[in-house]
Amino acid sequence: MAINYIYPEFDVIRDPNRCITCRICERECSNGVHIYDADRKTLRADETKCVDCQRCVATCPTRALKIVKNTCALRENENWHENSIKEIFKQASSGGVLLSSMGAPNPLAVYWERILLNASQVTNPSIDPLREPMETRVFLGRKPSKITRRPDGTLDTTLAPQLELETPIMFSAMSYGSISYNAHASLARAAQELGIFYNTGEGGLHEDFYQYGAHTIVQVASGRFGVHEDYLNAGAAIEIKMGQGAKPGIGGHLPGAKIVGDVSKTRMIPEGSDAISPAPHHDVYSIEDLRQLVFSLKEATRYQKPVIVKVAAVHNIAAIASGIARSGADIIAIDGYRGGTGAAPTRIRDNVGIPIELALASVDKRLRDEGIRNDVSLVVGGSVRNAADVVKAIALGADACYIATAALIALGCHLCRTCQTGRCNWGIATQRAELVKRLDPDEGRRRLVNLLTAWRYEIMEIMGGMGINSIETLRGNRSMLRGVNMTSKELEILGIAHAGE
Amino acid sequence: MQREGQVRIPSGCAISAMISTTGARMTGETIVKSMIPMHDRSNGLGGGFAGYGIYPEYREFYALHVFFDDPSAQYECEKYLKEGYEIVKSESIPIRKIPEITDVPIIWRYFVAPLASVLSRLQLDEHEFVARTVTKINSQFRGAYVFSSGKNMGAFKAVGFPEDVGRFYRLEEYAGYSWTAHGRYPTNTPGWWGGAHPFALLDYSVVHNGEISSYDANRRFIEMFGYRCTLQTDTEVIAYIADYLLRRQGLTLEELASVIAAPFWSELDASESVESSSRAYLRKVFPSLLLTGPFSIVLGFTGGVMALNDRLKLRSMVTASNRDVHYIASEEAAIRAMDPDARNVYSPAGGEPVIIKVEEGAY
Repeated sequence: MAINYIYPEFDVIRDPNRCITCRICERECSNGVHIYDADRKTLRADETKCVDCQRCVATCPTRALKIVKNTCALRENENWHENSIKEIFKQASSGGVLLSSMGAPNPLAVYWERILLNASQVTNPSIDPLREPMETRVFLGRKPSKITRRPDGTLDTTLAPQLELETPIMFSAMSYGSISYNAHASLARAAQELGIFYNTGEGGLHEDFYQYGAHTIVQVASGRFGVHEDYLNAGAAIEIKMGQGAKPGIGGHLPGAKIVGDVSKTRMIPEGSDAISPAPHHDVYSIEDLRQLVFSLKEATRYQKPVIVKVAAVHNIAAIASGIARSGADIIAIDGYRGGTGAAPTRIRDNVGIPIELALASVDKRLRDEGIRNDVSLVVGGSVRNAADVVKAIALGADACYIATAALIALGCHLCRTCQTGRCNWGIATQRAELVKRLDPDEGRRRLVNLLTAWRYEIMEIMGGMGINSIETLRGNRSMLRGVNMTSKELEILGIAHAGE
Repeated sequence: MQREGQVRIPSGCAISAMISTTGARMTGETIVKSMIPMHDRSNGLGGGFAGYGIYPEYREFYALHVFFDDPSAQYECEKYLKEGYEIVKSESIPIRKIPEITDVPIIWRYFVAPLASVLSRLQLDEHEFVARTVTKINSQFRGAYVFSSGKNMGAFKAVGFPEDVGRFYRLEEYAGYSWTAHGRYPTNTPGWWGGAHPFALLDYSVVHNGEISSYDANRRFIEMFGYRCTLQTDTEVIAYIADYLLRRQGLTLEELASVIAAPFWSELDASESVESSSRAYLRKVFPSLLLTGPFSIVLGFTGGVMALNDRLKLRSMVTASNRDVHYIASEEAAIRAMDPDARNVYSPAGGEPVIIKVEEGAY
C-alpha cells in the first residue's frame, strides 16, 4: 500500500462520557467520517475524510463532538509553508490541477479592515434612527443627463428601467446546480420579502421560481445554459456574466454527476453531460461585441429590463468599466479577488485579480473623471462580510453590494470550502436529495431575512451617527472614511485621507 | 497650517436677508444691523453680504469682485481677463479703514462683457463662459480669487465680525432691492477672506448656516460637470448645485428645493399626485444632490430670494414681513433689529422652500 503523505487536517474528538451512541453523526456525515463499530458498540472516526463542516458537531444531541485542527505539524518553515508542501504532495499524487471552493483564504490585504468610519460630534447632530426617518432605498440603472419637459412645461418623468431596492444589498449569482433547489428557494423567497433581488447564476431558472421573477436577476453566461426568451423576460433584470472574482479569465465546469433531473432540464442540456462554460463568451471578443450582446438582450426584452454586466476585478478594471459604461449597460457589477465560488482552480483563485476595495475606488473615480458616473450604477461584491463593509463600499462609491458567501453562511454554510465535492452536509452546495432536504427553504428564508434586517439596522445606526439620513448621500461620500496602516499610494487609490488628517 | 481649500472646514453661522417685492432700493445699513443681535453666532472669522440691484448703471455688465494677494497676481489675472472680455471699468472697491478688519488684500472690481468673437469661437453662451472663467481663476491662478461675478449684484466679504465687515465695505453707500448677510463661526480655519460667505457664482449667491453631512457625495457629483470645489465649504458646493440645477438643467426653484431637501420616500409613496411623481422622479435622477445634515440657506438671485431648511429642520430660521418688505433670519431678534414692526413671523417647516420674488419689471 502506498504511503499517504498527507496526515489528516483535523482531529475528531469524541467525549466517550457524553456519547450515547445514537449514531446521528454517522447519518449526518455524507463524507463517511463517523463509523459504527457493531462489535464494540462504539463510534469511531476516519479523520482523513473530515472537512470540518461542523455538521456532526451541530447535530450531536449531547455535544460529545469537537473538530479541532490537528496539531501534528511539519517542521516549521517560513518559505515552505505547510500548505505549499501538502499541495505538492497532492499534485505529485494526482497529476491534476488543484481545485478549491469559496473565496481566497490567504491573508492578503483586506482593505475594509483598514478603513474607519466617521461620526458627528458637536458641529452637527447625529440622527437617531429610532426617532427620525432613515432611508436606505436606492434605484439602480441609468439616469438621464438632461432634464426634459413636456410641451405643457411639466417634467417628462420617463426613466430608463431601474431596479428599486429597499436596502442596497442583493444576493449575488449562484447557479442552480452549483447550489441546491432549496438554497435557491430560500434566496428567492427572502429577496421577495426583503424587497431586493437574487440572481439565478448561469444555470437557468427552475420553472417553480418564475413566480419570484419580480425579485430575480437572470444571468446570461458564456455557456448560455437555460437561456431562452421566457427566461430573459421572467426576471427584473438581466446580467451578462463576463467574469467572476474567484476565477477571472477562466470558465466553469459543472461535472456531469450534478447534471441530473431538474438541473438538466433547467440548463437545457442532457443528463450526465458536463456543463462547460467557456472562458470567453464566443460572441464577445471585444467591447463592441459586448455592446451588441447588451442590445440583443434589450431587444429581446423590449427595453423593459436593465442590463447588468458583471466583470471580475482585474488590473485594468477602470478602463474596462469605462468601456462597459459606454456599451449600453445600465449597471456594472464588479466582483473582487476574494469573491466566492463553487469550484475554481486554486492557483487562479489565490493569484488572479485585485481586491474589490481598490477596484471600486478606481472605477468610481474614473467614471466621474469621464463624467459618465450617472450613466451606470455600480454594484460590488467579492467578500462583503457585514454591514460595516457595506457602508464602506457605498461611501467609496458603490450603489449597492452583492453578497453570496454571507448569504450561504446564514443558510448554515460553515465555510469548509469543499463545495466542489458536491457532498455538502448543510444541503446547500449539493444535488443529493437526502442532503438537499436538510435545508428547509422557509427556515432559510427566515434566516436570510433576519440577516439583512439586522444589517439594515446596523447601516441605519452608522448613518445616523454620521448625521446622514439617506443612503443616497452616503454614496461616494469618501470624507466619511479614513485609512489606517496604509501607504500613501493605497490612500491615493482609495481616495481617502489617513486617520488623523 | 493649511490654507482654506486644502482642508475641509465645518462651521456654524448666522444668516439674514431682506427683500422688497416692489423693487424699492434699500441701503445696506439695515441688513448690517440685523447681524448685531446675532453677534455670538459668529466668531470673528468671517462675515459678508450680497446686495442685488446695487449697480443699475452697469446692469448689462458682469461685476467681478476679486481678492488679490499681491500686484503680480492681479497683473496675471488681468492679462487673462483681457483675452476674453471687454473691461469697461476697473477700480478698487471702496473701503473704510477700521481697526477691527486687518490683513486686507487687494480688493478690486471689474465691470466686464465677454467678447462676442470669443463666445462664438467657443460656442458658449455668456453665462457659461463667465462661469468657466471664474472656475479657472479660482482653481488655477495663484493669489487671485473671484468672489462675486453676477450682473447688477455684488458680494462683499471679509475676515471679521459681520457688522464690522459691513462698515468696512461702506454698505450704507449702496442701495439694492434685496440683501443677504452672513456671520461665520468656522471651527478650524485660519480665516481667509475668500472663505467667508456669501458664496457667489454668476448672480446666484448663497448664505448658509449648517454643516452638511452629504458634502463629499455632493462635491464629487458636481465636479463631474466642470465645477471645482476650491474652498471645501458646504456653501460653495450648494452654490454650484443651485447653478447646475437652475441654469444648466432648467429646474424651477421649487424643483431645486425638492432635489436638495427631498421629501421622504414615505411621503412620496403615500401620494399619487402628478407633483409627487415629478418629485420622485427628481429624487431618482439626482440622488447625489440631496443635502443631509443641518442647514438653513438663503439663495439670492436676480429678482428674488429663496430660503430653505434641511428636511429635519436641524437649524433655526424664521421669516416675517411688513408691507412689501420680507425678512429671513436665523433668529427673530435679527428681524426685529431690521424692522421692529415686522409681522407674520413664521417658522418654515423642514424642506419647505420660502420663495420671495420682486414683481416682474420692478428690478
